[in-house]
Amino acid sequence: MTNAPSPADSAVQLPKRDLLGIEDLKAADAMALLDRAEHFAPLLNASVKKLDTLRGRTLINLFFESSTRTQSSFELAGKRMGADVVNMAVKNSAMNKGETLIDTAATLNAMSPDLLVVRHGSSGAAQLLARKVSCAVINAGDGQHEHPTQALLDAFTIRREKGRIEGLTIAICGDVAHSRVARSNVRLLTMLGANVRLIGPPTLMPLGAERWGTEVFHDMRAGLVGVDVVMMLRLQLERMQGGLIPSQREFFWFYGLDEEKLRLARPGALVMHPGPMNRGVEIDSRVADDAQVSLIEKQVRNGVAMRMAVLEALAQSQSPREPQP
Amino acid sequence: MSSKPVAIVNARLVDPASGYDGEGGIVFSGEEDGVILAVGPDVKAPKGADVINAQGHMVCPGLVDLRVVIGEPGAESRETFRSAGRAAAAGGVTTLVQMPNTDPVIDDVSLVDFVLRRAQARTGVRILPAAALTKGLEGRTMTEIGLLAEAGAAFFSNADHAITDSRVMRRAMSYATAFKALVVHRPEDPSLAAGGAMNEGELSARMGLPGIPAAAETIMLARDLALAELTGARLLVDMISTATSVTAIAAAKANGVKAFASVNVHHLALNELDVAQYRTFAKLSPPLRREDDRLALIAGLEDGVIDVIVSGHDPRPAEDKRLPFDEAAPGAAALETLLPAALIPVHAGLISLMQVIKALTLNPANLLGVPQGRLSVGAPADIILVDLGTPFQLDADALLSKSRNSPFDGKLLQGKVLRTFVGGQAVFGA
Repeated sequence: MTNAPSPADSAVQLPKRDLLGIEDLKAADAMALLDRAEHFAPLLNASVKKLDTLRGRTLINLFFESSTRTQSSFELAGKRMGADVVNMAVKNSAMNKGETLIDTAATLNAMSPDLLVVRHGSSGAAQLLARKVSCAVINAGDGQHEHPTQALLDAFTIRREKGRIEGLTIAICGDVAHSRVARSNVRLLTMLGANVRLIGPPTLMPLGAERWGTEVFHDMRAGLVGVDVVMMLRLQLERMQGGLIPSQREFFWFYGLDEEKLRLARPGALVMHPGPMNRGVEIDSRVADDAQVSLIEKQVRNGVAMRMAVLEALAQSQSPREPQP
Repeated sequence: MSSKPVAIVNARLVDPASGYDGEGGIVFSGEEDGVILAVGPDVKAPKGADVINAQGHMVCPGLVDLRVVIGEPGAESRETFRSAGRAAAAGGVTTLVQMPNTDPVIDDVSLVDFVLRRAQARTGVRILPAAALTKGLEGRTMTEIGLLAEAGAAFFSNADHAITDSRVMRRAMSYATAFKALVVHRPEDPSLAAGGAMNEGELSARMGLPGIPAAAETIMLARDLALAELTGARLLVDMISTATSVTAIAAAKANGVKAFASVNVHHLALNELDVAQYRTFAKLSPPLRREDDRLALIAGLEDGVIDVIVSGHDPRPAEDKRLPFDEAAPGAAALETLLPAALIPVHAGLISLMQVIKALTLNPANLLGVPQGRLSVGAPADIILVDLGTPFQLDADALLSKSRNSPFDGKLLQGKVLRTFVGGQAVFGA
C-alpha cells in the first residue's frame, strides 16, 4: 500500500452503504477516501467553493447531542457539494420528548433524504437508525463507540503534515475509555500501519486496551518519548464528579500536555485535539496556540474536505433498501 | 373434562426421581387433581383409558420454574396471569413462582392471597407467589415471613433488588430459619453494577458500552454465603452467571452450607457475543457473560453445584426494547423457550439430558417442598410430552406471552412441547 498523498479524480466506491464506524472500512477504502479528500482540499481556498456533485440530493443532520464543530462541518461539506442540507437539532426539541429514536427514524425516512448524518449519546444508536431507514447513514458520533469521520480527518491531517501514516508513532492521550474519537482512531491508525500508544490513568483506560494492537502507558512522560504525533482527548468534566480522577489539578499535572512534556516527543512532533478543548485541563494554552506544533485549526479545515469525500462516496453507492421492522 | 384415565404409551420416560430413562408408558387419572396411577417400562393402557401414542417422544415431569415475572398486578400490559398461564402451558411449565416485584409489591398476606386466588381462576397451571424478603423490596425491614409463609408464599426473595445492608440480610435469614423458609437472593453489588448495560470486558470496551464486572456478583455472593453459614438459613442463590460463582458455591456446599444455586437458562445457551450487534433482545440482567463462563455454568450443572434452571421470564413490550442499547430494558420472555434453550447444551453434547431435566423439575420442586417434579405413583399428574429432536424455527410473533421479547426469534430450536397436563388435565396440545 502506498502512503503518499495524491489527489484522486473520481468518487470512492465503498463496500457498505453506511459509514457507521471504521469497522466498515478496509485500509484501501480509507486510503482512497484520503486521496479523494486531497482532491477537494484545494477547492476550499477557491473563491467559488461550490460543486454540483450532490445537486438535488438531501442531507439531514440529526444531532441528539449538541455539536458546533461537527454539525457545521457536515453542513458546509454538504453545501459545497451542492446538496440541500437540513439541520435538525433534536436536543430540547419536540422530537426528543417521548418520541423514540425509531419513531424519529420513521419520520425522517418519510421525508426521503439521501444522506443522514446522526449523532447520539448512546453507543450503537447509529446502527439502530441505519436498520430503520432506507438512505445512507453516517455516524457522527454514537456514545462511546465510534466517530469515524473524525478519525478519517485526523488521518488525513497527519498524512498531509507528515507525508505518511505508516510507521509513525502516534500517542492518544487522556480519557480513552469514554472516547469514541479514540476508538475510531485506534482502529484506523493501526489499520494504516501506525504504531499507536494510549496514555492515561487506569480509570480512564478501556479494559483490555493492551490487546487493541496498541501500547498502553500510565506514565505520560514515558509514553511520549519518540512520538511523532500527540493526539489529546477532551476530558469530560463530569468524569471528575464520577470519581474517576481525584482532581483537575492532579490530572493536568500528570496527563495534561504542556511544553515540558511535549519536549519528550520526537523533535518536530505535532499536536492534535478533536475539540472542544479544556485549556488547562488536558492541554496547556501555549501548546494549543503554538502554530508550529498545533494542528488543531488544520483539523477543522481538513474536516470539511474529508467529509465531502465521504458524502460523495455514500451518495454514489445509493441503492434503496427496505427499512427493517 | 374427562374423568377417564389417560394413558401415554410408546414413550421415552425420563424421570429424574428414579433416574429412569427408557421406553415405557404412564397412566394417570383424568379427574380433577389427577395423580399418576402407574408408570414404568411395562405399563400398558388400561381398558377404557384415553390412549395417547407418544411415538417415542419424551414424557417427563412438568417443568417447575422458580423465576417468572408477571405484570399482574401493576403492569398488565407486560403480562397477565392469563397470558403467562397460556405461555407456561405451551412451554411445558406446570408450576411457576411469580416474583414479588409487582406493583404493589407482594409483601403482605393479602397480596399472596390475591395471587393464589386470581391465578387459579385464570390459568390451568400452578402459580405460586414469592413474597418479598423486605418490605417494599427496599432492603430495610424484613417482611412478615411467618405469616406470609403460612399464607402460601413459595419463598422469600428481594427480586432484582439486592439487599446491601448486611445486618438486614443477616436478620432476615436468621429469622427465616424459624419457619424453614427458603431465602432467595440475587447476588449483585448495585454500586459496582450501576449504569452497566452488558458484561464488562474487552467486548464492552470495544463497543463503548458501560459494563457490569463479574466482581459485582462475586462480592455479593461471598457475603451471602458467609451469612448463610452464620445463620444456618436455606439460601437459593438466584441466577449466578460467572465461573467464579460456580467455584464459590461448590466450596460453600462442600463446607456444609445450606446453599443452592440457580442459573438463568439464557446463560446456558448464549454468551456476550449475542449482544455484539447491539441486540437489545439479548440484553439481560445479569448480563450474558463470556463463553468460558457459560461452559463453567454447564459444568456446574452437570456436577450438581447448580441445582436449578430458571427461565427468568421477564416480559417487556417492544417499546422497552427497541431503543439504543444502554436505554433498553433488560430481560427476555422465556416461558415458551425454557426447555428448548435448556436443551441447547444437551444437543451440543456438553451435558446429559437427565441432569437438565432434573434441574427443571425435581430439584426446584424439592426446594419448594411440593410433590411435583417426579413420575411417581401417587404424585400429581403434572406431565409433559416433548419432541426432543425435530428442529423448529422460533417465531416470536407467535409467542403466547403478551410480550415477545425473545433473543431466539428466528433461531432454530429443538425441544417442542407437544402436550402439557396439570393435575391430569390437558392444558396444552391436542
